[in-house]
Amino acid sequence: MVIATLALVGFFVALYLWLWKLGLVGSLACGPGGGCETVQTSPHAEFLGLPVALYGVAGYAALLAVSVAGLHPRWAERREPAWLLVLLSLIGLGFTAYLTYLEAFVIHAWCRWCLVSAGLIAAIFVTALSELVSRRTPAPRAGR
Amino acid sequence: MAKRMNLKPFYWGLGVLALAGGGWIWSALNRGGPKMFAEPVPTGEAAAAAGFAGYMLGSDSAPVEVNEYADFQCPACARFWLLAFRDAEERLIRTGRVRWRFHDRPLDGSHAFARMAAHAAACAGEQGRFWPMHDELFANQAAWSAERNPERTFRQYAERIGLDLKAYDGCMSTGRYRARIQAEAEAADNLGITSTPTLVIGRMRISGALAYDQLKSLIDSVSAQSAPR
Repeated sequence: MVIATLALVGFFVALYLWLWKLGLVGSLACGPGGGCETVQTSPHAEFLGLPVALYGVAGYAALLAVSVAGLHPRWAERREPAWLLVLLSLIGLGFTAYLTYLEAFVIHAWCRWCLVSAGLIAAIFVTALSELVSRRTPAPRAGR
Repeated sequence: MAKRMNLKPFYWGLGVLALAGGGWIWSALNRGGPKMFAEPVPTGEAAAAAGFAGYMLGSDSAPVEVNEYADFQCPACARFWLLAFRDAEERLIRTGRVRWRFHDRPLDGSHAFARMAAHAAACAGEQGRFWPMHDELFANQAAWSAERNPERTFRQYAERIGLDLKAYDGCMSTGRYRARIQAEAEAADNLGITSTPTLVIGRMRISGALAYDQLKSLIDSVSAQSAPR
């Protein structure tokens, strides 16, 4: 549930950044500092020809779908969703780590929304991991 | 433990969150942008902003004053800027012969970004950089006119001419000068100025993209009339 909620928030953050990239949102509400536009207009805001934010939209949507499906009674007992969530969020975390590295050492500007997304994906990963560990223990299987 | 949990409240919560997020995205899509600048300004607000004397360039003591009424998105205005204004600036304005006043006369309809451009220039003017922005807008008119939303391009010009971007962003997002631009447009209307560029030099009124030589001979004739004999 925590993962689904975080993924939904992340989905909207990524969607917002992607729409901005498409030119549909006028100015980024970035708060003081204003590094968002610097980061978003830098050549690093694209990866393999697609805007970075679009990967975020897709990634969060996948996390949301898997986490909601994993709550369904049919899957609640199984460990596959938990594994999948760990795997997906690990990919997301790796990608985010790379992007944060770019912000810090290459672009030299910080994009707040990107940092929010970085926090979200880190929290999702930690939650997914702890979920997996808790499902590994036989306690829930006792079915009390 | 989580096995037999009732998921309904959770789904509801997620739904509410999705609606809130959707609302946020929707409001972001409708904030700023060409729409905001194209929206009509309430009559009262425009009236309160009336009385702006235009952007001035040149000496107060120059013998001739030229009032230009222009639209940043009008191709003839850009042509006039290229063919006449830049030379006039160097040879007539900077030498103290002419004082220039630029007035916004946005032509709505075909020029969807005219008011946004005028506003970007007003925001630059707030930082004392109206004329560099005016030059950027005319020099790059063909490029930004073709965009879907040139807001970001204008911001790049703002950066290029050395504006404080935080102040510029604040100015653009609040639409602080929309009323003044509207008041300028109404004032030009009242003078019967409906095409751009229109120049008012003394008692003469000339429309169209003059070349520098034509402009200079007009100015010469006006200064000959006004010269003390």
